[in-house]
Amino acid sequence: MKKFLLALTTFLALCGAAQASSEGISWDKAPVNTSDNASLQNGARLFVNYCLNCHSAAFMRYNRLQDIGFTTEQIKDNLLFTTDKVGEVMKSAIDPRQAKEWFGANPPDLTLIARSRAGHGGTGADYLYTFLRTFYPDETKATGWNNLAFPSVGMPHVLWQLQGQRRPVYETTEEHGQEVHVFKGWQQLTPGTMTELQYDQAVGDLVNYLQWMGEPAQNTRVRVGVWVLLFLLGLTIITWRLNAAYWKDVK
Amino acid sequence: MAEFKELPANAPAGAKLVNWFENRFPTVFAEYEKHMAGYYAPKNFNVWYIFGSLAMLVLVIQIVTGIFLVMHYKPDAALAFGSVEYIMRDVPWGWLIRYMHSTGASAFFVVVYLHMFRGLMYGSYRKPRELVWIFGCAIFLVLMAEAFMGYLLPWGQMSYWGAQVIVNLFSAIPFIGPDLALLIRGDYVVGDATLNRFFSFHVIAVPLVLLGLVVAHLLALHDVGSNNPDGIEIKGPNAPKDAQGHPLDGVPFHPYYTVHDIFGVSVFLMVFSAIVFLAPEFGGYFLEYNNFIPADPLKTPLHIAPVWYFTPYYSMLRAITSEMMYALIACVGLAAVLGVVRTKLSSTGKGAVLGAAVVLIALMLAIDAKFWGVVVMGGAVIILFFLPWLDNSPVKSIRYRPDWHKYLYGIFVINFVVLAYLGVQPPSPIGERVSQVGTLFYFGFFLLMPWWSRLGQPKPVPARVNFAAH
Repeated sequence: MKKFLLALTTFLALCGAAQASSEGISWDKAPVNTSDNASLQNGARLFVNYCLNCHSAAFMRYNRLQDIGFTTEQIKDNLLFTTDKVGEVMKSAIDPRQAKEWFGANPPDLTLIARSRAGHGGTGADYLYTFLRTFYPDETKATGWNNLAFPSVGMPHVLWQLQGQRRPVYETTEEHGQEVHVFKGWQQLTPGTMTELQYDQAVGDLVNYLQWMGEPAQNTRVRVGVWVLLFLLGLTIITWRLNAAYWKDVK
Repeated sequence: MAEFKELPANAPAGAKLVNWFENRFPTVFAEYEKHMAGYYAPKNFNVWYIFGSLAMLVLVIQIVTGIFLVMHYKPDAALAFGSVEYIMRDVPWGWLIRYMHSTGASAFFVVVYLHMFRGLMYGSYRKPRELVWIFGCAIFLVLMAEAFMGYLLPWGQMSYWGAQVIVNLFSAIPFIGPDLALLIRGDYVVGDATLNRFFSFHVIAVPLVLLGLVVAHLLALHDVGSNNPDGIEIKGPNAPKDAQGHPLDGVPFHPYYTVHDIFGVSVFLMVFSAIVFLAPEFGGYFLEYNNFIPADPLKTPLHIAPVWYFTPYYSMLRAITSEMMYALIACVGLAAVLGVVRTKLSSTGKGAVLGAAVVLIALMLAIDAKFWGVVVMGGAVIILFFLPWLDNSPVKSIRYRPDWHKYLYGIFVINFVVLAYLGVQPPSPIGERVSQVGTLFYFGFFLLMPWWSRLGQPKPVPARVNFAAH
């Protein structure tokens, strides 16, 4: 029976992965601002507290968090759960074997999750922002949870205590002679410790952090880029006039 | 040995230094004179003539950034993905080097496609520049190999599955296919062995060939002289020349075209930097989103698309279905009948044409469509080599061709872009039909060129190039 359940979860997880890009609801716009350190720091706290239990960020070093305004002391005291060296990468404590047994698949590494999940529906951040806000209880699933952005996902709703339990409400309408279910909104079943607005903000911060972690150099990149472009603009004006000066005697 | 030149004792130190080298290494000075200061290029070059220099610049960018990437990259299936992220995060300015290299790959193809189209428009492949064109086509082919192998190195999902799909194509070749694919991979699936050999080819073997071909391309060009937008020979026996025998319609490459190119390079670098710094993924076209997931041999992505510069050819590959084979067989049959009815071949020649057509049709029926797809994809590039002998127009430049030739070239470009777009999209029934028509048009454009390029009344070609002083 256990083997069968395992096979079933794996199968469902795989189906879910296959459907993820084609099905699911349209993505909400994520409130991303990678220069907002307060938001990034809150996101980082949520990340190490909730995500890092199962997911790793194997290319992200703890001390890189200094870039978003943490001091080394703060990182050591508050964020270092899985290691005691601040130069280490964010490795999850979970045993990959067990993880596979529990969820049907290894929880993916999250370092680049915001870069890799972009698609036609929007940026990777938009996807994650939608995904983390559309969990609902579903008795037919092994974890007891399902998701609108990623149907039959193998991951349970880790943030459920914050959000509480919600149920999607559908309206049945007729379209081209067929009954279709149109997603109408949510019905709160049990309250969470946060209001809906607070929860959306918290998830926004978390997604903002994930976006930043995908490419920690992105703020530097844009800042340097502006100067490079300004320099090249000046260079272009000079080379344009230089060219004209040489060519003026070609008849 | 050349004659040893002595400067007077009171000559400036700089002149003495130059003289010292000139006496000992005259080749450098002779070559500088031949290729730079004394190389006369037509003065009527327009903006299309910047792309040759830009291709050279991008080649240098790729080589220099590549050298620095190799210092930190690890060609090992277990380490490759992580080492790229290490470059992106922990190597100082590593992200800049990596983005320059990834953007450079796409920029290379943009520049080379525009450079080739320039040649197509102004007849730069016509006599006596056939070899310049052939070396150029070889560069394009080698560049495709270079890009394909380089794309495996980040070891992301698209790297892995793209390589898997393309290498599997080789196994469609009858008899030798499966062994050939095995030889390329070095394993039964794309794996560590594949990564190692692709790395070796990407950083050593192919760049060496590429550099050799670039030298041949330039030497051949400087032997026959550059073409120009009017397609007029400025160095021909009847071309007007000044008292020293220099063409009146030409200017020395240095300094005129060096300052010209420096200006062009500044503009190019603005576009290039804007992408590198502000949009390095370029909406998923230069760096595909899926490639930020490490390669997983057990998880095939739903939709595998090659990078944009390969997609026109990939579209043509997908267009060759078993249904499409009947259309191709009909084309072969029609060509054979026309060859017999409309040409003045001897009866043995006609018999040979018919015999060859029958054999070809038999092979087309016997061998799987997948193989013919590979043939079509390869043929789409190889056919470019024959362009100098396909074009029968009495004039070189599009400027003096009948107007409808311009529209035909326009349709050719649109067709190429549509094929490229369809190659990015997941397969669909409508897309398949459109790409089949596009494939037929692409090959029709070239294979029927000997016929259509002669049609229509060309405009009179002037004796001197069109040039308005700046």
